[in-house]
Amino acid sequence: MDDLVIGGRRFKSRFMLGSGKFSIRMMGEVIESGGVEIATLAVRRANVGGEENILDHIPKGVTLLPNTSGARSAEEALRIARLAREMGCGDMVKIEVVRDSRYLLPDNRETAKAVALLAGEGFVPLPYMMPDLSAARDMQEAGAAAIMPLGAPIGSNKGLLTGDFVRMMVEEIDLPIIVDAGIGRPSQACEAMEMGCAAVMANTAIATAGDVPLMASAFRQAIEAGRKAYLARPGRVLEGRGEASSPLTGFLEGP
Amino acid sequence: MRAWTDAEDYAEGMERIGSRVMDSVMDAREGYDPSAFSERDAAAALASERLSPDGFAALLSPAAAPLLEEMAARARRETLAHFGNSVSLFTPIYVSNRCDGGCVYCGFRSGNGVGRAALSPAEAEAEMRIIASTGLAEALILTGESRTGSGVGYIGECVAAAARLFKSVGVEVYPMNSAEYASLRARGADYVTVFQETYDPERYAEVHLSGQKRVFSYRFDAQERALMGGMRGVAFGALMGLGDLRRDAFACGMHARAIQRKYPSAEISLSVPRLRPVAGSEAYGERVSERELLQTALAYRIFLPYAGITLSTRESARFRDGAAGLFATRMSAGVSVGVGERSSDSPGGGQFDIADGRSVEEIRRALEERGLQPVFSDYVRT
Repeated sequence: MDDLVIGGRRFKSRFMLGSGKFSIRMMGEVIESGGVEIATLAVRRANVGGEENILDHIPKGVTLLPNTSGARSAEEALRIARLAREMGCGDMVKIEVVRDSRYLLPDNRETAKAVALLAGEGFVPLPYMMPDLSAARDMQEAGAAAIMPLGAPIGSNKGLLTGDFVRMMVEEIDLPIIVDAGIGRPSQACEAMEMGCAAVMANTAIATAGDVPLMASAFRQAIEAGRKAYLARPGRVLEGRGEASSPLTGFLEGP
Repeated sequence: MRAWTDAEDYAEGMERIGSRVMDSVMDAREGYDPSAFSERDAAAALASERLSPDGFAALLSPAAAPLLEEMAARARRETLAHFGNSVSLFTPIYVSNRCDGGCVYCGFRSGNGVGRAALSPAEAEAEMRIIASTGLAEALILTGESRTGSGVGYIGECVAAAARLFKSVGVEVYPMNSAEYASLRARGADYVTVFQETYDPERYAEVHLSGQKRVFSYRFDAQERALMGGMRGVAFGALMGLGDLRRDAFACGMHARAIQRKYPSAEISLSVPRLRPVAGSEAYGERVSERELLQTALAYRIFLPYAGITLSTRESARFRDGAAGLFATRMSAGVSVGVGERSSDSPGGGQFDIADGRSVEEIRRALEERGLQPVFSDYVRT
């Protein structure tokens, strides 16, 4: 079975849905049309017991992935993770540590520290990070259950701008690599999956679409197609140059 | 470079932080000539992926006026990319309108005949309970400019009460020293709003006749002192129409940008208040049209796509509905600008007249009808 395995948990879907940028009342419909099994939840947006609480709109059977959005240090991330646990969101937590209000870029150093802190308290940490192989190794060492590199600046819909660096992580890190942020089109999601990423997370790409549920469905199919292509081991692509038709090693004697 | 700080006017106890931000912003403002830009400049700015200060200047200029629709399209894309369809709702809570300030355009000013009131912390809490029951989770505490009428300790009491009832607490009070901001932070305040009103020092001196507010540069550095005191975010604003609209807006945007660059983790937001007539005041300043207001707000959005932009009930329901999701990402709802109007039989007078008196529920419905998402909670205390 080709399941996505994160921290020992198995999932059929490789399309992870971000939340917050479209109306939470649409969550159910988007999750269904996208075949989504994991949806993120910003703890800061969870209005437990109050108005417009996202927790009221997540269908049963969907795994909630609370994130630590708003944390600026490892310690703050840990406190938010504890809040998520108190809210009943379970132990799988997407770590976001951001010290930049303009581009919202993750801080790898604090994020690696947060991974260690959360893992130490029994959480299953999924760090959102800048695709940097050394940092990813540190996070793996510190107990990450998956690594979530960004594809492009969040909200930009620009696709896999960091593709070469994400590919290195796919090759070198023995954890699921999940592209998070920047994926704006189903074709880009497909590209990430073909490359060998384990899953793709999207939010703005869905939220800014004219027909939100239809776009979720398109992402689902693109991610499935990319996964199949990866498993099928794509043939070589010749890039702009021919190859000699007679063997270059024909001068060798014997077998 | 001119030294802009009005150092000799500093009163005893006013903190000096030696920041260069003001000099850089004031020099930029001084060098901005709104008439020097052509429509081509504005179109080129709109076509650039990231707006430079020069591009911002072009979009604020009169030459950009014919491109309002194009600016709106770009602003909408930026808002959507950075905020999705979210619009945060909050309400201001006026706890005291005692004021030593002599701001000629303001209903709260010292000597104006409005009824004065300062809620006790317990009364403030009663008022806050009524507000919290509407579902709002973000509070903004306001006072007049009076260290004697509403001291830092008193504001701290109000903040502590609000922190028990709301998920985030902002303060819009007189500028303080960093240690005082730290004391409010310790009681639960997260955000600080200070409007510079006008970035033109001469005009500023003409309209701020008395009180500590007279010291332009002490006010200018307030956001920095707030961040030094540990606040999570700061808000900026020029009172549109008080000084030269375009140059004030340029300075305000540059001020916000400079603070974000110096304090990269600070959450930045802007307000776009238009000067409105108030009881007991003649008309001051220029009347800013809705079209000019919109152009300014769109230029802010395109220049600072990450910044929250707040739109108050000074504007009509029609304008606010159109602005939500276009540039505005924070809106007040269920607003009362008098002191204790919800809980008291003898409330104090208001700061300005409200143009959009809709309840929280009505604003929520209006947003939803436009495909927008009213957000009550977007903060977690750490």
